[in-house]
Formats: sequence, structure tokens, C-alpha cells
Amino acid sequence: MTKSTFQWTRKHLVGLRELSRRELEFILDTAKGFEEFSTRSIKKVPTLRGKVVVNMFFEDSTRTRNSFTLAASRLSADVIEFTKKSSAVNKGETLVDTARNLEAMGVDIVVIRHGAGGAPALLCRSINACVVNAGDGYNEHPTQALLDVYTIRQARGTLDGLKIGIVGDISHSRVARSNIYAMTQLGAEVTLIGPPTLMPPCVRKLPVKVSYSLDAVIEELDVINMLRIQFERMGGNPFPSVREYSHYFGLTVERMQRAKPDIVVMHPGPMNRGVEIESEVADGPNSIILKQVANGLAIRMAVLFLVNQAAMQTDVKS
Amino acid sequence: MKILLNSDQIHTTVEALFSQIIADISPNSDLAIIGLRSRGEILAQRLNRKLNEQLGREIPCGTLDITLYRDDIHSPRSGVQPTVRATEIAFDVNDKFILLVDDVLHTGRSVRAAMDALTDLGRPRAVRLAVLVDRGDRELPIRADYVGLRAEVEPNESVLVHLIEEDQVDEVIVEQSETL
Repeated sequence: MTKSTFQWTRKHLVGLRELSRRELEFILDTAKGFEEFSTRSIKKVPTLRGKVVVNMFFEDSTRTRNSFTLAASRLSADVIEFTKKSSAVNKGETLVDTARNLEAMGVDIVVIRHGAGGAPALLCRSINACVVNAGDGYNEHPTQALLDVYTIRQARGTLDGLKIGIVGDISHSRVARSNIYAMTQLGAEVTLIGPPTLMPPCVRKLPVKVSYSLDAVIEELDVINMLRIQFERMGGNPFPSVREYSHYFGLTVERMQRAKPDIVVMHPGPMNRGVEIESEVADGPNSIILKQVANGLAIRMAVLFLVNQAAMQTDVKS
Repeated sequence: MKILLNSDQIHTTVEALFSQIIADISPNSDLAIIGLRSRGEILAQRLNRKLNEQLGREIPCGTLDITLYRDDIHSPRSGVQPTVRATEIAFDVNDKFILLVDDVLHTGRSVRAAMDALTDLGRPRAVRLAVLVDRGDRELPIRADYVGLRAEVEPNESVLVHLIEEDQVDEVIVEQSETL
């Protein structure tokens, strides 16, 4: 076994904002150890045997939820699936009470997705189990951003000095926020691109550039991350029509011709083909969209492994 | 701290280990070498070069990371972070004659973990264990088939193997353990 001088001490993963570069790199390096798993004949290790992971999803999800379930199963943990629709939350139980009740059953790790930003942070203060944020409101989606930077590192070796564009609905996007923290911390230069109506007021406080025109910056980007328009979260009319949005901010074959030939195209999913990205681009040679999904598994295994490890260390000390 | 083996002695010890292996295995066996991260990996590569030369063919060589199979992973005794690294075995272990290589054989728990990890990859025809140093104090019914050096070491001492590829020096030292 290799031992490192670095010590991972966080038993929760709530956001990437508070993580140092060293911590981010440590997660990515740990995930690298899990990457070859999918190629094995037996895709399972006994590491979290006897541990219980609960997936508390108060919002819909396919990728993230299944990815966490699979990651936990591959580490031999038992997984409880919790959905809002079939739970006592509908009978008026509060989030903290629900979590405490699950904890009383011996849950070790709570993976939570919630519509309200800050819900995972609230849980950390209320329960002893490890808490992993699987997306909270407009706040953060740390494992998505981790798999994004992991996939970029895989494609380009490093993020240092890369020019990365994040395009679209920034204001409703927790993916964008986590992306910004991780990418800038790892040395990339981030430009947010979208109509002014979809830029959150907080951009001025972030270490990023802002552009209201994709055409103005497309030529200089090394990586482009296309976000989905989150119609379900939108009030009012941030742009006149989907067609107009698509005309100005969609990643089309024509725009790709003006981009660097080796530009890396990403999308956190689910894609709205023909809106923010054309099918030919999504399925084209520059796209690493499916690699992102595959890497999500390695990242989530690494995160579950690390938070559990940190929890064990604190238990030993106390 | 005392030096158990210096650079020259390590060289002779590896030679001795190699002779034992060569004397024991059939030259036509479907042999493959697997080293345990990270010092076992380096020793495996050194033995691999010698075996290739001796047998006149390429013997496949891989590396096993046992972190996820350790039985002490939930109760780390030392405050040191175990790092997960990839297992790199590019060949099919099924029906192979596997030579497992590690630096120090102590409690036997690493070897137990390695055998679990290995059987998850397939079903080797046979597994043999080669270690540079056997320091005794076993906690599991495990023994090595090929041993470079049998060392008498106090229970509160640890044997550390340093190899040039990783540590800029070839030496085996005995130190007082920090934690017990």
C-alpha cells in the first residue's frame, strides 16, 4: 500500500467552494485508482462491506442517482433508495427528522439531492452520518464538477492555463457554480457565456470572465461546457424564444468550425438536442459527454470511500 | 535505526530469491509476476527482468493495489492516509502460475488481501509468494514460498524497505515503530 503525506479529513462533501487545490487533486487521484474497475470481471471490492448508504433524492435524477447507487454497490455497501414521492415527507415530516430516522436505522452515508440550497449543510449539523451533496438548489453539485474536471484532465492532462467556457443558464445552474470553484482552483481560466437574463448577480464576486456573446469567444476556448436550459426552474421569460436562444448560444456544427480543432465539448446532461447543442456536435469526435458519465462512477466511488475513511478516523480519535 | 541490508546485500538477496524461484518452477509453466504496491511492485520488476533473461521470453508482470481489500481500512491504526491506486494487470490471470511479490512478510494480512484481490480478477492455476524479508510475527496462517532473508526483529520494531526507484536509495532498515 502506498501511503501519502496528505490527510483527507472531511467526512462530508457539501461543496467544492471550501476545498483546496490539494484536496481536489487528491479526490481526482483517488478516482484514478477506481477507473479500471469497469474493465474487471468482478466489478466489486469489499471496502464498504457492512456500511449503509441512503440515496435521499427530493428531486428527479437518473444519472446521478444511478451512479451513486452503482458506486456504493461496487464498494459492497448496502443501499437504501429514498424518494420523496413514496416517503413520510409527504405526511409532513421535516428533512432533519427524516434523516435522523434513517440514521437510527444505522445509515453511515447520506447522499442527498434537494431543491433547497443549503439542505446538505443543514444535515451535516443535524446528524452524525457522512453527508454527500448530490445537488442542492442553485448552490452546488460537487460530484458533477469533480467528474467534469476529471474528464478534462483525462483529455488534456491538466487544467492549468486552459480557457474554459460555460455556456447557458448559469443562474439556475448548481453545476456551473461547482464547476467554477473546481476549475479556477485547478488553474483554468473560466468564462461564463449566456444572455444577461441568465447570469446570476453573484458573477461579479466570482473569479471569472463574463461574455454575452458565444461568437465573440468561441475561437479562443479549449473546453466548452454546454448547460441545459432549466425550464422547470424558470419564472418569467429570460429570452424571447427557444429558437432565438439556440441561434445565439447553441453549439452548432457551424460554430464548431470556428472553434479550435481540438476543443473539448462537454455537457452535464440531460441534453436538449437541438436547443443548446446540435446532435452532430453532441455525438461528434470532440464530445466527451459519455466519458463524463463513465467517470462519474469512479468519482463517486472515490468520494464515498474518502468520506467514510475520514469518519472512521474521527471515530478512532474520539 | 539499524541497517539490515545495504545496497550490495539487497542485490545478493534478490539474486538468492531469484535462484530459489528458478530452482522451483518449471521453465515451461505459464508464469506471470504480480507485485504489491509499491515496493513489491519494484521488486517484481527486478525479478521480471532476471526471469525474462533466464527463460528467454517475456514474462507478463503486473501490479496489485490492495488498499480496498485491507481488513484494517475501517480502523486505521496510524494517522496515515491510505492512497488508492490502480491495479495494473494487463493479462488474464486465469490458469496462470502467479508469482506474488512483496517486500516484507509480517502479519500476513497484506498477502491475505492480495489473494482476495487476485481471485476477484480470475482463477490462477497456482499462486506462489516471494518476499525479500520475512520478519515473523504472523497473525494469519500464511507463509512465503521464496524468502530472501529471514530476520529476527522485535515486535515493536518495523522493517522498512527502501528501493532506488522510489526512495533514491537501496536499503532495508529496522526502526522502532511509532505506534503500537
